[in-house]
Amino acid sequence: MHAVREMNFALSEGETTAVVGESGSGKSRAFLAIMGLLAKNGRTGGRAMMGDVNLIGLAPKQLDIYRGKDIAMIFRDPMTSLNPTLRVKTQLAEVLVKHRGFEKGKAVKSAVEMLERVGIPEPAKRANAYPHELSGGMRQRVMIAMALLCQPKILIADEPTTALDVTVQAQMLDLFKTLTDDFGTSLVLITHDLGVVAGIADRMMVMYGGRAVEKGVTDDLFYDPRHPYTLGLLHSTPHIAKRAERLDPIRGLPPSLEHLPKGCSFNPRCAFAFDRCLNERPPLTDTGNGREKACFYEGPMTYGKVA
Amino acid sequence: MLANLRAHYNLDQPLINQYFIYLWRLLHGDLGPSMVIDGFNVSQLIRIGFPFTLTVALTAFVIATSIGIVAGMIVAVNQNKWPDYVLVLVVMLGVVVPNFLMAAILQLWFGVYLGWLPAGGWVNGSVLHLVLPVTVLARPHAARISRLMRGSMIEVLGTNYVRTAKSKGLGQRLVLARHAIKPALLPVVSYLGPGLSYLLTGSLAVEQIFGLPGIGKYFVTAALNRDYGIVLGTTILYMFIIPALNLLVDLLYARLDPKVRYR
Amino acid sequence: MMDQNPINLLEIKNLKKTFAISSGLFSWPLTLTALENINFTIRRGETLGIVGESGCGKSTLGRCILQLLSPDEGQVLWLGQDLTKLPAEEMRKRRQDLQIIFQDPLASLNPRMTVGEIIADPLRTLRPELKKDERRARVLKTMEAVGLLPEMINRYPHEFSGGQAQRIGIARALITEPKLIVCDEPVSALDVSIRAQILNLLSELKDEFGLTLIFISHNLSVVRHVSDRIPVLYLGRIVELATGDEIYEDPKHPYTRALLTAVPIPDPKLARQRNIDALKGEIPSPINPPSGCTFRTRCRFAKPFCAEQRPPLETIDGGRLVACHRWREIEVPEEAVLGV
Repeated sequence: MHAVREMNFALSEGETTAVVGESGSGKSRAFLAIMGLLAKNGRTGGRAMMGDVNLIGLAPKQLDIYRGKDIAMIFRDPMTSLNPTLRVKTQLAEVLVKHRGFEKGKAVKSAVEMLERVGIPEPAKRANAYPHELSGGMRQRVMIAMALLCQPKILIADEPTTALDVTVQAQMLDLFKTLTDDFGTSLVLITHDLGVVAGIADRMMVMYGGRAVEKGVTDDLFYDPRHPYTLGLLHSTPHIAKRAERLDPIRGLPPSLEHLPKGCSFNPRCAFAFDRCLNERPPLTDTGNGREKACFYEGPMTYGKVA
Repeated sequence: MLANLRAHYNLDQPLINQYFIYLWRLLHGDLGPSMVIDGFNVSQLIRIGFPFTLTVALTAFVIATSIGIVAGMIVAVNQNKWPDYVLVLVVMLGVVVPNFLMAAILQLWFGVYLGWLPAGGWVNGSVLHLVLPVTVLARPHAARISRLMRGSMIEVLGTNYVRTAKSKGLGQRLVLARHAIKPALLPVVSYLGPGLSYLLTGSLAVEQIFGLPGIGKYFVTAALNRDYGIVLGTTILYMFIIPALNLLVDLLYARLDPKVRYR
Repeated sequence: MMDQNPINLLEIKNLKKTFAISSGLFSWPLTLTALENINFTIRRGETLGIVGESGCGKSTLGRCILQLLSPDEGQVLWLGQDLTKLPAEEMRKRRQDLQIIFQDPLASLNPRMTVGEIIADPLRTLRPELKKDERRARVLKTMEAVGLLPEMINRYPHEFSGGQAQRIGIARALITEPKLIVCDEPVSALDVSIRAQILNLLSELKDEFGLTLIFISHNLSVVRHVSDRIPVLYLGRIVELATGDEIYEDPKHPYTRALLTAVPIPDPKLARQRNIDALKGEIPSPINPPSGCTFRTRCRFAKPFCAEQRPPLETIDGGRLVACHRWREIEVPEEAVLGV
C-alpha cells in the first residue's frame, strides 16, 4: 500500500510551512518516513535533503546523528509521547548528552533553562516531575522544549495542538511563532485545522490521497484556491466570525489508500471533474507565482457548485 | 496409653477448646506436635526444612526471572524472526510438560545415561545436587516470564514515547535500556509475587522427587501419612509468606511506576 | 398525558454534582465539584450549545440531564416532571424522549452487532410491542434519514469510517423519535469535510423531526454555527448565558472574551491583524478551586475583591446572564471582540 506518493517540497530557513489534509491523506506518514519512524514494514524511497545530507535511506545509526539535533519532531498526543517512568529532566537532558556531549549536570541545567523559555512556571520543580504530574498543555511545552534543545534546523510538529483546549492552543501557537523566530528554525506544521494554518503558516501544502494537490503561499491558497479540494476544505470550515446557515461540505468520503480511484484521486468527490480526470492523473504543475497544483480543471470555480 | 496420646494431642478436650489451644499456640509461634514423627514438633521441622526450601525456590526464582526477562527482550526486538519461533517452542515445552515428568526425564538423561550430575539425594554444600531440581523448578517460571516480557516489550516498543525517544536520535541501545525496559517490566513484576509462591509450593514436590531435605520431604510424607499437624502447619506458614511476598512485589512495582508511588 | 405544549421543554434548577476522588490509601477522599448552581431552561425546538474547556463539567452536565449520572442536588424538570425523582421504570420509558450521541462514534458502537441491530436496539427495550418487520421498517426509514444506504443494514461497525459511524450513532438516537438529543462532542473526532456533513445533517434532522438539541463542544466555531443560546461553563459553573449572537458579538464575561479570541480564524489576513489576548495559565484544579470568582486567577481584569466574593449570575440587558463583578466596567471597543 502506498501511503504517500510523489511528494516534493522545499523548506526555507525560519519559514513555517503548513501541511494540510484529512486523516489518511498521508500528511503524517510522509514526515514519519523522513524521521525514520515508520513501522518496520514501512518502506520509503526518494530523497529528503537537509543541506547536503539525504535523510532517506540512511542507516538508523547514521540517522541518529541528525535526529533530535538538526531535525526534531513533536507529536500530536502529549499525554502518551513522554515516557511515564522517567522524570522530565532525564528525558530532556539525554538529548544534550547525546548530541552535544554535555555531562549530566550541565545538561540538566540547560534543560531547565529551556523549560523556562517555553513558558513553564517553576521550571526547576517541573523538571523533577514525572509526565503524569503535568497537564496536557505543560506536557506539550515539555515536548517543544525537548525538540528545541539543540536548536534544530527543522522542527516537524504533527498536530501539536489538536489534543489541547483552545486557550492552550493559542498559547502554544504564540510560542511556536516566538521560538521559530528566535532560533531560525523552519517549522513544518502538520494539521487539519485551517484556522491554525491561517494564523501561523507562511506557505502551505494541501494533501489528498497521499499526494500534494496544491502548494503555495498561504494567502494565495486561502483567497484564491485553485484546486477544488482546497476550495472544498475552506467551505467546510466553520468561521467563528460568520454564521452561515449551512456549511458547504465536500460530498462523499475520503478514499482508502488501498483503493485509490483511477485518474485523479479526488474525482469522485469533485464538482468540476470531467472525463480526463477519470482516466488520467493530474501531475503537480507549476502555475506561476510559486504556486503548484495537481488539477486539469482550468475554469472558474464557483462557491455554489461545490456544495 | 490411648488416653496418654489423647492428652498429648489435647484430643481429650472438647473440639472448641482444641481449636483455641491451637490458635493460642499459633500466636506464640508453636504449630503443635507432629503426629507421626516422634519427638519433633512442627515448628522444629519447619525450622530445619524451610530454609532449604527457600534456598531452592529463590535460586530457581532468580535464575528463571533473569533468563525469562532477557529471553523475552531479545525475542521482542527480533519479532517474527527465528529467535521468536525458538522461544515459542521452548515456552510451549516449559508450560505443557509437567514438573514430575520433566524431573524424571532429566534424572534419567543427565543422572543415569550421561552421569554428569547426581540424579538425586543431598550432600551438604554440594551445588551439583541442586542443578537438576532448580532447573526443573525454574523452567515453567522462566517460560511464563519470557512470554510476558515478550508481550509487554512488543507493546512498549510500539508506544508513542518510544517513538519520541527514537526521534531524539538516542540510538537503539539507549532507547531500549532507558525508555523501553522499565515500563516493559511492569507487567512482569506484577507476576513475580504469584510466580514466587508458585515456586515455593512447586518446590515441595520437586524436593520429594529429588530427595532433598526441605520441608517438601516432610510435607509430602505427612500428607501420605495423615500427619495433620505438619500439613496444617506448612499451610499456615505459606498463608503468611505468600501475602508477604505479594506485598514486597507491590512495593517493587511502586518503585518502578511513578504513578502508584505514594506522595 | 402531560402538559401539551409548553415553551420550556427542560428546566434545570440548582443542579450540583460532585465526585469523590481517592487520593491515596491513607487519606480521606477529596471532593471534586463538577457542577454547581446550574440553572437554565431549554425551549422547545432550540439548540443549546454548551461550551467550555476540558474539565469544565460540560459532559457531566449532559449526562446529569439524561440521568446517566445522578446529580447530588437540584432538579431536572422535563415538561415539569422532575427526572431525578422518577423511579427507574418510569425513567426508562422517558428515555424514548431523551437520547444521546457520543463523541467517539466507533467506540460507542458494539462491534459484534450489525448496523441494523445497533439502530434497532433502543426500540427493543423501549418499544417491545413493535413487531419484527415494523422494527425493520423503522430502522430503514431512519437509516435513510441520516444518509445511510439500506444495504448497509447487515454490515458491522468496523467496516465504516468515522463519519459513517457517527451517522449510525445518530440513527440509533433518532429511532425512538426523541424530543431532545444531547450531542456530546459529536463532530470532534471527525475530519473537516465530514464534520461539515454531519453538522448539516443534524440541522436538517432538527428541522425535519422538530428536535431540540443540546450541543456540547469545546469547538467554539462549531457551536456558533449550530446554537441559538449558549451557556459558557468554567469550573463547573455557568459564567455567562446568552444568545449565540450576543455571546459571539458582544461577550460580557472576560472568560468568554478570552475563549473567543483564542479560536483560530481560517482567514490569514484577519488572523494577522488579530490582537490575541491569550489567556495565561491553565484551568485550576476543580478539587481546590480559587476562592471568590473562580476565574480570577487567569483574569486580566481581576481586582482583590474578586477573591472575596463569588459573583452571582445576574440578569442583564433583556435576559442574558453573566457572573462577573466587573462586567460593567470592562466594556471594550467592538472590534476587539474577536480580536479583529
